[in-house]
Amino acid sequence: MREYESHLSKAFIIVFSLVCVAFFSVPLLWLLTAPFTPKTTLAVEIPANPTLENFRRVFDNSFAIRALFRNNLIIAGGAMLMVSTVATLASYGLSRTRLPGKNTLVYVLMLFSSVVGGTAAMVPLFLLAHNLHLIDTHLGVILVLTGGLLPAAIFMMRDFVESIPRSYEEAAIVYGASPLRIFCDIAFPLIRPGVAVVAIWTFVNAWGAFLIPVVMLRNPKNMPASVALYSFYSEAGTPIHTLVAAYAFLYGIPVLVLYLLVNWRFGFRFFGGIKS
Amino acid sequence: MAKILLEHVTKRFGELIAVNDVTLEVHDGEFVALLGPSGCGKTTTLRLIAGLEVPNAGRIQIGEREVTHLPPRERDVAMVFQDYALYPHMTLLDNIGYPLKVRGVGRREMVGRVTEVAQKLQIGDLLQRRPAQVSGGQQQRASVARALVHQAQVFLFDEPLSNLDAKLRLEARAFLKHLQREVGVTAVYVTHDQAEAMALADRIVVMNYGKIMQIGDPLQVYSRPANTFVASFMGNPPMNLLPCRVDLAAGKIIFDDDYMLDIAAHRERWSAAISNGPQFTLGIRPEHISISPTQLPGTIPSQVYAVQPLGGEWLVVTQVGRELVSVRLFQDEAPPLAETVWLRFDLARTFLYGSDGELLQ
Repeated sequence: MREYESHLSKAFIIVFSLVCVAFFSVPLLWLLTAPFTPKTTLAVEIPANPTLENFRRVFDNSFAIRALFRNNLIIAGGAMLMVSTVATLASYGLSRTRLPGKNTLVYVLMLFSSVVGGTAAMVPLFLLAHNLHLIDTHLGVILVLTGGLLPAAIFMMRDFVESIPRSYEEAAIVYGASPLRIFCDIAFPLIRPGVAVVAIWTFVNAWGAFLIPVVMLRNPKNMPASVALYSFYSEAGTPIHTLVAAYAFLYGIPVLVLYLLVNWRFGFRFFGGIKS
Repeated sequence: MAKILLEHVTKRFGELIAVNDVTLEVHDGEFVALLGPSGCGKTTTLRLIAGLEVPNAGRIQIGEREVTHLPPRERDVAMVFQDYALYPHMTLLDNIGYPLKVRGVGRREMVGRVTEVAQKLQIGDLLQRRPAQVSGGQQQRASVARALVHQAQVFLFDEPLSNLDAKLRLEARAFLKHLQREVGVTAVYVTHDQAEAMALADRIVVMNYGKIMQIGDPLQVYSRPANTFVASFMGNPPMNLLPCRVDLAAGKIIFDDDYMLDIAAHRERWSAAISNGPQFTLGIRPEHISISPTQLPGTIPSQVYAVQPLGGEWLVVTQVGRELVSVRLFQDEAPPLAETVWLRFDLARTFLYGSDGELLQ
């Protein structure tokens, strides 16, 4: 009887898992098949006669292509550079100074970041950017995104930095190395996997950002792909599935490539169990 | 080569006084061991000399220069860390050569000098490997090699052998002693292992609670501990310390009311230091007690508690009243195992400590 029950619960778990897998994987499957279908619905179907026509039409839309290959790269790349540089230096500094209440500082920053990156701070951020003449500039978008992502990035980097034994730096100090030299020769090479993790995490976040660019930017020419996606909606406001799918397919490729690249180069080694 | 001078050095971490008014001179070319239990301030003292910590009070001098507030790089010191602090992403060559690279020595000269030192330390053929690819003993040598390449006036060792297994530790100990003699450099060596300190050092500084308990050459510290702390820390097994009363008029030391030692013959030695006091501690090393199976004049009875063979010697733990007394016998055959044995203390080698724990006389 008991054995029967355990089989039953096992079967239930398997069925439940399968439902979950299906729930999350069907949209991804749709994204893989739909772009190659001449006329698609929301059903997942393997195209009978696959076509690249959808992609041709997407590439004809110069507005969307510019958004994807220029604006998105600028915004995500800029935020990636900014966040990984500042987070690396900041976490190193935080970890290596005797600053009273530095843990509290990091947690308060974390708390604020959910506001800075979020909807609640949009109005003050807009006013701030307006006064700094950063409205409708990519720099403005990058700075706001950086502000939102930085605390979490510092939090992640800290684990990597804390994993370097103090004696490494102390040995270098005794042998006469300057702080900058210690950072470049010893600390940075050791936390490079962490920098890579933070960089790709930032890139992915900035790559998909919608609200901040749509508020901060004016000129359609400056809009990123998340906004340009709407140019594949018909005048009635309904999405043209084939084109949206094809564009989304292209939109997803860089993130995938970056992930594979970092995974191949460093492997995703997470310290301290933090997987943000 | 230079002497090191610490004068009234104090270091606090918040409420904790890690180093408390330490005054110490290390002579030119001398090998001094800082010895004590963990948390006694020995490592902090070493870090103060290195410049990794700045004292709250007092001054530090290396050679003829005051260095109290100088950063480490201006102190001309080399340090070997407990975990060796070799950089995992660099080869041994780059690790050992790092001090030279920092100083701006050219690559070719660096390689030459590193190779020379590494060959002397028998790790010459491992230079292209990374630290994780060599053994603990080899890492330790690489760490020493890096210190040697630095050609500093002062060598600082922070428990460099504690991460090695027992056999390697003995090997490395001999190697370090040989090396220090050969290079003739001034060295300060931190350890919690009293055997290591005895074996290596010209002088031992025993520390506890941030204070120096005793400074002396190894045999002196061992054979004449200045207080009960040093007596209980030095030696394996440590000195027997028995609470006692002294009755000078009767010429007796009394412990546990029932057990008496006749000190009439040694009265003069102790009379100057003590009056008939309530509380003293009698100290005697286990090897200065002998065991007799029968009662003889001047012996005290005791119960055998445990007999431990140590190979070539025996450790007999006996019970005298409430106290355990260790006796070390250098003999091959087993000692008497009767329930009661009689102990004879070598009175000339006993020490009397006052109620403050300090040696009297």
